[in-house]
Amino acid sequence: MSGEAVKSREAQQQQEDEARRAAASASQAHEVLIEPSRGWAALRLRELWEYRELLYFLAWRDIKIRYKQTALGLAWAILQPFLTMLIFAVFFGKLARMPSDNVPYPLFAFAALVPWTFFANGLTQSSNSLVGSANLIKKVYFPRLVVPISVVLGGLPDFALSFLVLLGMMAYYGVAPQLAIVLWLPLLLLLALVTALGTGLWLSALNVKYRDVRYIVGFLTQIWMFATPVVYPASLLSGRWRLVYSLNPMVGVVEGFRWALLRTETAPGMAIVISATMSLLILVTGTFYFRRMEKTFADIV
Amino acid sequence: MTDVAIRAESLAKEYRIGGLQDSYRTLRDVLAGAALGPLRAFQSLVRRSSGAGARREENEIIWALKDISFEVKSGEIVGLIGRNGAGKSTLLKILSRITEPSHGRARIHGRVGSLLEVGTGFHPELTGRENTYLNGAILGMKRAEIKRKFDEIVSFAEVERFVDTPVKHYSSGMYLRLAFAVAAHLEPEILLVDEVLAVGDAAFQNKCLGKMSDIAGEGRTVLFVSHNMPAIKNLCNRALLLDRGQIEREGEAASVVQYYLQGDYQSSKKVWAGAERPGNESFKLNAVRILDRDGAEAAAIKLSEPLTVEIDYEVVQPGAYVAFSLILYDADGYSLFGSVSNTEKNYYGRPLERGRYRSRCRISGDLLNAGKFSFSLVGFSANWTDHFRVDQVVSFEMTDDGSLRGDYYGIFGGPLRPRFPWETLAL
Repeated sequence: MSGEAVKSREAQQQQEDEARRAAASASQAHEVLIEPSRGWAALRLRELWEYRELLYFLAWRDIKIRYKQTALGLAWAILQPFLTMLIFAVFFGKLARMPSDNVPYPLFAFAALVPWTFFANGLTQSSNSLVGSANLIKKVYFPRLVVPISVVLGGLPDFALSFLVLLGMMAYYGVAPQLAIVLWLPLLLLLALVTALGTGLWLSALNVKYRDVRYIVGFLTQIWMFATPVVYPASLLSGRWRLVYSLNPMVGVVEGFRWALLRTETAPGMAIVISATMSLLILVTGTFYFRRMEKTFADIV
Repeated sequence: MTDVAIRAESLAKEYRIGGLQDSYRTLRDVLAGAALGPLRAFQSLVRRSSGAGARREENEIIWALKDISFEVKSGEIVGLIGRNGAGKSTLLKILSRITEPSHGRARIHGRVGSLLEVGTGFHPELTGRENTYLNGAILGMKRAEIKRKFDEIVSFAEVERFVDTPVKHYSSGMYLRLAFAVAAHLEPEILLVDEVLAVGDAAFQNKCLGKMSDIAGEGRTVLFVSHNMPAIKNLCNRALLLDRGQIEREGEAASVVQYYLQGDYQSSKKVWAGAERPGNESFKLNAVRILDRDGAEAAAIKLSEPLTVEIDYEVVQPGAYVAFSLILYDADGYSLFGSVSNTEKNYYGRPLERGRYRSRCRISGDLLNAGKFSFSLVGFSANWTDHFRVDQVVSFEMTDDGSLRGDYYGIFGGPLRPRFPWETLAL
């Protein structure tokens, strides 16, 4: 045997020893105490981070399956907001002559529908996510927060596709965004995501215990849409009411999208601060409520 | 460093039947419950006094586990045995952190992998490859780890050619093999395994058992639930016998299995009441008994005489289809035969109205050898679906009354001593 081979074998041996030692020390460090929890539970975000791969795989599975046995496949991601926009354009734009901040109404509506659809789907699907994953929850341990989070994240590719369509429409209508402002978009998207997730956490945890929630969700998103300037401009409301109105985090998101892309004059400003605060409030309370209810999920889901 | 892998101290788990546990509540129920509370109480009072008693008392508490304390040393393979509803699965669920104990605590030293079901999270639309990654992630493997073991997993499952086919096109055998293969390549320090070997054909089960003994040989800690007594005896150093949520016996695997299969602990009659009753949506068992030739309850039967297994049950859903399968085990836990109720003419396959019924299976005399035996019972609804299983439900002893012995005083080997005709011809 050549000296080189011996050396490489030694090196390999050494590596394995090291790996074993590392594993052994990890296992020493790895001690779990199992006992009944009382009241509010810690969020354990670090553990959630350790499970990020599962998060990724579940989101990936949802996306993959969503379009696997559909005739139109990915086109659905675009069709849903696009057809809604057409209907709105006919009824609100043409027939009701809804003002649209001097932007062509179809573009006005679609710029709102893109973030709105992402939000509404995220909300609906995350609300049902725990019940839909009952089998997983009863058989495997993992931080349950992974389930609704993965569902909301799974909506991002759909958002990206419909956003491309939005860009196409802007080109068609000859509307150019201001680049400096466009940088706000990721933040606005994050705001929509946080709001969908926060609400989804509340509803999904409630849904495990009270199955009425799934009926409420459809109704809730419908009402919520009319409380958000999707079909009409926020400028219809007078200044003072605008701030109260912004307690609905989606107001900031939708107005923000129009402002950033279509240069409408309703720069959100204060509204966005209120919206963001509300949205964070929903997320934080939702997460705590979820964690509190989490211990009962496997028993009653 | 401690060498204890699992230490459980007074673990207990209670379930509320009728309240939370009753599948799920709706807001309406909660609101109506608040409004109609007094009325309900009155109704249940009336029902109870009228003797119908079909409705379970609300908020009945069931202790799935009660004061469980034990230790598992690192590197030990411990079997967990007991009849259905003894709390084995609940214990594994608590140790895997799927559900919380109501009282008590457990300390676990080391990375835990739990395998309560094979193929959790498998999606029929996804390919074998995709499901392997997904299932691996669900079981707690890192992507790099799955990638490294992927070829090994696929070849263990013998599905190389179908890796990129959606698993909905797999045969059930392929599906199971792949699901088990992923799980078998989990490398935690502590492995918790529920009755995963109860599925699949004999070849598959052997493969699983082989893998289990490999794992056992690698010095990992395993807590292993099974109804397969020979497997428990072969694989485990130690066993815990659970009964109604408590540890009935603990010790060397062979002796605990022995005790479980033939001790006084077993009985020739089993009666259940209320929410304890095993069953499915359509019907619930009330009692299972062994009867002798004269129809009297008996724990000992003479070799030459027939015995009857009597099953009492209540149909709770009108139009229910009820079918049974009885499986006979010898004292070592090997199954001898199964008998299925579809040989019955008058009731089998007919929908039954609500009410109480009794089914009987008669086992002829001159069939079994002397020794201890036990039956497991499987109940089914229409088309052999919705099954539930009650393991080692009743046991009995066959006593040698000299039948078929004649002037032979030697040993009759094996668990059977059937009567077969002999004849001799002059050629």
